[in-house]
Amino acid sequence: MSSEKSNDTETKPVAKKEITPAEPQDELPKFEKNLSNKITEKFSSNTEITFVKPDRIGIKVKKENIKEVATYIRDELNFDHAESVTGVDYPDEKEIEVVYHLGSYTDPQLERKILSLATRAPREDAPNPGKDSTRLPSLRDIFYSVEFHERECFEMLGVYFEGHPDNRRLLLPEDWADIPPMRKDFAIKGR
Amino acid sequence: MAVQLPPGVQLSKTEDDKIMTLNVGPQHPGSGHMRLIIKVDGDRIVSCDPDPGYVHRGEEKMAEYRNYITNIPHLERPVIHDSCNILYPYVLAVEELLGIEVPERAKYVRVIASELNRFSYILYWLAIYGIFLGHSTMFMWPAGDRELAIDLLDKLTGARVTHAYFVPGGIRNDFPANFEDVCIRQVNYLEKRLKEYAAIFYDNPILISRTKDAGVLSRQDAIRLGTTGSVLRASGVDFDIRTKEPYDAYEELDVHTNVLKKGDSYDRSKIPWLDMLESCNIIKQALEKMPKSGSVRVKLKPNPKGGNEEVYKRVESGRGALGVYIVSRSKPEPYRLKLSVGSFRNLICMPYLLKGEKLGNMPAVYWGLNYWPVEADR
Repeated sequence: MSSEKSNDTETKPVAKKEITPAEPQDELPKFEKNLSNKITEKFSSNTEITFVKPDRIGIKVKKENIKEVATYIRDELNFDHAESVTGVDYPDEKEIEVVYHLGSYTDPQLERKILSLATRAPREDAPNPGKDSTRLPSLRDIFYSVEFHERECFEMLGVYFEGHPDNRRLLLPEDWADIPPMRKDFAIKGR
Repeated sequence: MAVQLPPGVQLSKTEDDKIMTLNVGPQHPGSGHMRLIIKVDGDRIVSCDPDPGYVHRGEEKMAEYRNYITNIPHLERPVIHDSCNILYPYVLAVEELLGIEVPERAKYVRVIASELNRFSYILYWLAIYGIFLGHSTMFMWPAGDRELAIDLLDKLTGARVTHAYFVPGGIRNDFPANFEDVCIRQVNYLEKRLKEYAAIFYDNPILISRTKDAGVLSRQDAIRLGTTGSVLRASGVDFDIRTKEPYDAYEELDVHTNVLKKGDSYDRSKIPWLDMLESCNIIKQALEKMPKSGSVRVKLKPNPKGGNEEVYKRVESGRGALGVYIVSRSKPEPYRLKLSVGSFRNLICMPYLLKGEKLGNMPAVYWGLNYWPVEADR
């Protein structure tokens, strides 16, 4: 897979990328490729296709463009809900990636498909959740279903979602004073 | 009229004076292991703020420290009574990462185990749903009949609830002697019992008057809120991963998706019952179609490593779609593992459905969501 390659180039300005990932395989998932082509055509320089697999498409965008791309995905490509929002911590690259897994209930063609929309926020070594630069625009206005997922992501990784109406703790205790626990530098005792 | 208080002790009067805040839970049996902060005006709910997290155990964090095999027993802990189904997407994801093809017989055994598990999970849920609507018989019957399903799983896997039966590459052990006959007999009996449930519970005028039109979720809202499982299907959306994105032996089986239109608490409680009937049907089909002999497990290398990729796999559990997202970085442990569980996705309905509802309808709406707090907290 080429996801390692794309991670290396992440800090550089993102250029339009040819759809190479699935090429060596004998049969390309055609529908998925059409879908990803549509996105690259529309947002040529701002998006990057990280992988195209059967029923799965991975897109990476800059955080400035995420709302625009998400609106396009909802209105033109008919993805209507988010299945999960995952934060992944990359301390070496000083970034936190947030991945939205989007699916569709209404379009019969898309029922099998999951589109993963990833974006990255800067990461600070001494986190101060909600007050530091680890911020992303919230997609709650576009996909209503991300509301609780983004709240979870905020407390677990300290990514503040701008425009989210309810940035409160969800699962952690009220008196949690440590760093966000899903970060890599939060270690489990004895491990 | 309020009593005139002397100056200095006068309380500031606001519009909110008639609004009272109630904490339902976390110890209240009506809420499971979670708290609902409910504001009521008289007995109308003005707002509801769900506060989960009392049983959060950091499953996802733990998974980052264990390899793909030692992750199995602890990942099923969020729903021990539906443990086959919560392990299913994890096992499928690991198989895709490691590029393993599962033997044909193992695929069928997995389907049978996961349908039996779904059956026993729904009976457990139905028992609780029954007792909270004041129907004690509906607690006793499913709780008793569930033993049969559990006995079957016990024979098959060696444990009553925490099976840890699925492993990457297949299943742990094949059918014990004579399992098919016992299974068919029990499933036939359970199917007969389900019909009796309908007579005593689902056609009961008291249940109907309590749950009809309680917490109606329209089709558009069910889609917009990203709900899943019985909540989604009760609102008229035909979506079941077993038919839409069939995995393992579901591709060769004839699975019917149960859909109802109204979207109220009654429909939401009827979908799992229909699902149980469908489970019986699937188990019988699978027992008939499965290869009668053959290997059930591919041996893995010790400490298998995934490549540099990410996998998202999902299955249909007792509470709706259950997805596992694994980011692998060429290590024996997952770099990041995310459980996208149906309960957590349906949590968003709670403030939405309870608003404007009568307080007495709270249990009917809450338990009708097929919500399992431990799974939502992970």
